[in-house]
Parts: sequence; C-alpha cells; structure tokens
Amino acid sequence: MKLITAIIQPDRLDHVREALIQADITRITVSRVTGHGRQEDIEIYRGQKIAPNLIPKIRIDIAVNNEFVDITVDTIIAAASHGVGEIGDGKIFITPLEECIRIRTRERGGTAI
Amino acid sequence: MNIRILTTTLFLSAASLFMQGTVYAAASVVTDTGTTAWMLTSTALVLLMVPGLAMFYGGLVRTKNVIGTMMHSFSAMVIIGVLWPLVGYALSFGHGILGGFVGWDSRYFMLQGIDNSIMPTHIPEYVFAMFQGKFAIITPALIAGAFAERVNFKGYALFIALWSICVYSPICHWVWSADGFLFNLGAAGAIDFAGGTVVHISSGITALVAALYLGKRRAYPNNVMHPNNLVMTLIGAGLLWVGWFGFNAGSAISSDIATARALTVTQIAAAAGAFTWMVIEIFQHGKATSLGVASGILAGLVAITPAAGVVQPSGAFALGTLAAGICYTAILIKNKLGYDDSLDAFGVHGVGGIVGALALVFFIRPSWMVEAAAKVGGSWTVWQQLGVQAIAVGVTILYAGVVSFVLLFLVEKTIGLRISENDEMSGLDHSMHGEHGYGLINLN
Repeated sequence: MKLITAIIQPDRLDHVREALIQADITRITVSRVTGHGRQEDIEIYRGQKIAPNLIPKIRIDIAVNNEFVDITVDTIIAAASHGVGEIGDGKIFITPLEECIRIRTRERGGTAI
Repeated sequence: MNIRILTTTLFLSAASLFMQGTVYAAASVVTDTGTTAWMLTSTALVLLMVPGLAMFYGGLVRTKNVIGTMMHSFSAMVIIGVLWPLVGYALSFGHGILGGFVGWDSRYFMLQGIDNSIMPTHIPEYVFAMFQGKFAIITPALIAGAFAERVNFKGYALFIALWSICVYSPICHWVWSADGFLFNLGAAGAIDFAGGTVVHISSGITALVAALYLGKRRAYPNNVMHPNNLVMTLIGAGLLWVGWFGFNAGSAISSDIATARALTVTQIAAAAGAFTWMVIEIFQHGKATSLGVASGILAGLVAITPAAGVVQPSGAFALGTLAAGICYTAILIKNKLGYDDSLDAFGVHGVGGIVGALALVFFIRPSWMVEAAAKVGGSWTVWQQLGVQAIAVGVTILYAGVVSFVLLFLVEKTIGLRISENDEMSGLDHSMHGEHGYGLINLN
C-alpha cells in the first residue's frame, strides 16, 4: 500500500478530480493548503531580505494498493499540468503506507482501501 | 489601443465643449425638503440592493465562481453607472422620438440641462435621475443569475451595456415616461408602480432566453452544485429586503400617504412570501431551508413591486402568498424540464413579476377604480384593467425576449459569451479575474 500525496494548482482541481474518477480512483481526500516551492524570487528590498509569499495550493491524499500507483500518478500528472508544464504545476510524493483500517467494519489492509 | 484612447478623449472633450454655454432660467417650482430627503435616502437604499444582489448570487454559486458572480453585479454598477447619465436617462425620460419607441432629449445628454431643474414633484431633477439610474443598474444585474458560472466577463460587460440601451431604456420609456404608450394605456395607464414589467419581467424573460441560448453548465444537472456560502446569501437577501423599501416607497416620488402605503404593502408581501415558501417546504420536505426563506422573501417583494401603489394590505398578503406558491412551482417545473436557469432569475423575477403585474388588478383599492372610471367618463372594470396589464406584460415579454436573443447572438458571435470548458472547470475567479474569493475555507 502506498500513500500518494499530490500538491497541485487550485485551478486544476476539477480537472484532476474528474480524471481520477474516469480512471476509477474514487476515494480521495482534498485540502486547501499554502506553501512555496523552490523559491528563486527571494529578493532584497531596500536592504531587507523579503520572505516569499505563501501561495495557495490544493493537496490531494490518496491511499492505494500497489498495483494502482502508476495509473494514479500518471492520471494526476496528465490532468494537473498547464499545457506542456509550467513552473508551479506541483509535486507528487509517494510514501509507504503501513496500515489502513475502515472504521465501520474494522477491516484492515488492502481490502479496507 | 492608442487610437481607442484618443477617440475616447476626443469624444469626452467634444462633450464638455457641448456643455458650455447652456444656461437655463431658474425653475419656478421650489424643492420640498421632506420629499427630497426621502428620495435621497431611497436612492441610496436602491443602490444598496446591488451589493445585496452580489452577495445573494455570490453565495449561491460554487467557491471557484464567487468573485466572478459578484463582479456581475458590481460591474453593472460601473457600466450602467457610466451609461445612465451619459445617454440612459435621455433615452428613457426624454420626449418620445421614432414614434414613441424611445425617448430623447439633448438636454439630458450627460445630464447637462438639469443643473437648476426642480421637478413638479418638488425634488431636484438630479435626485430623480439618480434614483431612476439605480433601477437601470440593478435590472441587468438580475439577469446574471440565469447564466452564472459560465460566461465571459468581457462578453457580459458588452451584453449589459447593449441591453440597457436597447431593452431597458425603451421599456422604461413606454411604462414610466409621461408620454409613453403603456403609461397612457386604458383609463389610467398600465399599473407598474416600481418596476414589475420594466425591471422584473424584462430581466426575467431575458434570463430565460439567455439560459436557453447559452446552454447548461458543464455536468449540470448530473453533478450537484452546492452553494458555497448560504450565510452570505442570507445577508444579501436581507440587504435586498431593506433596499426594497427605497425601491418601492421611493417610487411614489413623494413623502406622504402614498409612500406609507407602498412601504407597508412591501413589508407585508415580503413576509407573506417567505412565510408561504417556508410552510410549503415544511409540508413537502419536513424542513424549512434558509434558501427557501430567502427565495420566498424575493418572490413576495417582486410580486408587490408593480402593485405597491394600488393595493391594500390584504392584497399584499394575497400577492406575496400567490407569488411564493407559483414561483415554488415554477422552480419544480424548471428542474423537470432541465434547462439551467442557475440561480432562478426567471423562476423568481420573471414568474413573480408576471404574477404581480396581472394578479394586482383583483386587489386594487376602490378609490383608484373610481378615479379611473371618472377619467374615461363612465365605468372601468377590473377585467378592463386586466386587459391593460396583459398588454403591458405581453409587450414586455415579446420585446425583451426578441431583442435580448438578437443581442445574445451578436455578443456570442463577436467577442464570445460562453466560456471554454477548460475555463469553466477552472472557475470564473481564476479564468476571468485571476483572483480567488476566500482564504482557506471551502474546497471546490
């Protein structure tokens, strides 16, 4: 099991959501987050170093069984890109997932996802 | 671009040259301070309805469209705010030209000739012109509810400018100008106290035509599209109710018994409309919703708008109740038919306006009917007045419907009105304005 965490631009949320549903990935958690990536625009303004602005982003968390990792990642990449790709399109993190429990049935592991 | 700026500059300087040297004798009528003070207040109250409408509509759309939707109302303040003193007032309240099709008076161009003008109603003409201007602002903004979440901002801006000149001003001239043909129809004219035909039916019918012509939002009605902020919608409905006292009670252009009557029936109809809607929902679904109460308030207010000068409180109860029941049914029918009048601009303003303009004849106070009969020198029945009202409603529906369709077609084929699927998915806030409405709340 893996936990896929994608950080994307807010205006691509519906594109990604619909593409995931088309690819049969229907169980997702979405949150509004802010942050910044590799910042090259930290600038010196009147002798002071200015911290970069926090930029609004969307974070999507998806827990998947191993065989679904590739399709999920490919779908997100295709739907979250602006054209051929722009700075700020986002990032995907994949982490191993130790356990998954469905609260209602107490099921554990891959079937609970 | 440079040429365009140059043309505008030339035009404005030519206009200011034109203004020089026009001196009019001071009017012999004096201002009545009480009436003027109330009309100034009313003017401000009607303007307050526009941000109220922005909040009402803004709360009902999805989060990604909140700024775009509120901008539809605010841009009406801006665009019609410029157009009205420039030509709108002259086109609406000038003497009839082109066989009474529309008004024109070069004195009213840029309001240059009314600097000293006091009207027979004892208010400065500036106040009347500004009061009427607020009606011209809110009317096109009402239409935006029908095509929420899917129009191009530039296309919308052009559309409301053209609509105000080609649809609002002519209808306003026919119904409210002293030489308008509907103003003088029958015994004492078609009854439209504060804008049943001019404001609500004209915008409501245009809304229906626009919703049909532009088509549904993407994925409607399969995807549920929840309101992003009903709190804002309720505040908006509240502001509309408050502002409506200026809208209706101000339309008496007086500060006397007529004002008091209009204010009273406005209050009663709004409450009766909301009450009826609430009761229907409790019986149908077991729960009264806040959106239902807000819709009922609007249905009642819309229906009493043409009638506020002629009906008594019992009539206000009846009109509010009737309008809420019929508008509720109209929205059910809309859901069955499947066209996407997104925020029910036709369902509430069009339907409520038609109900008010027609049903008011059954509740007219007896003294009005006696005066009407005296004017024709004989008898004047409710059914004859119903005929007059039906003509006014029919003319408005036909004219607004046809001309709006032509305007929508023109704008769609030139700079475009319906946005692309990609922009619609991203939301108006991002694709049209490069902004977003909220900080960290409300996804989607």
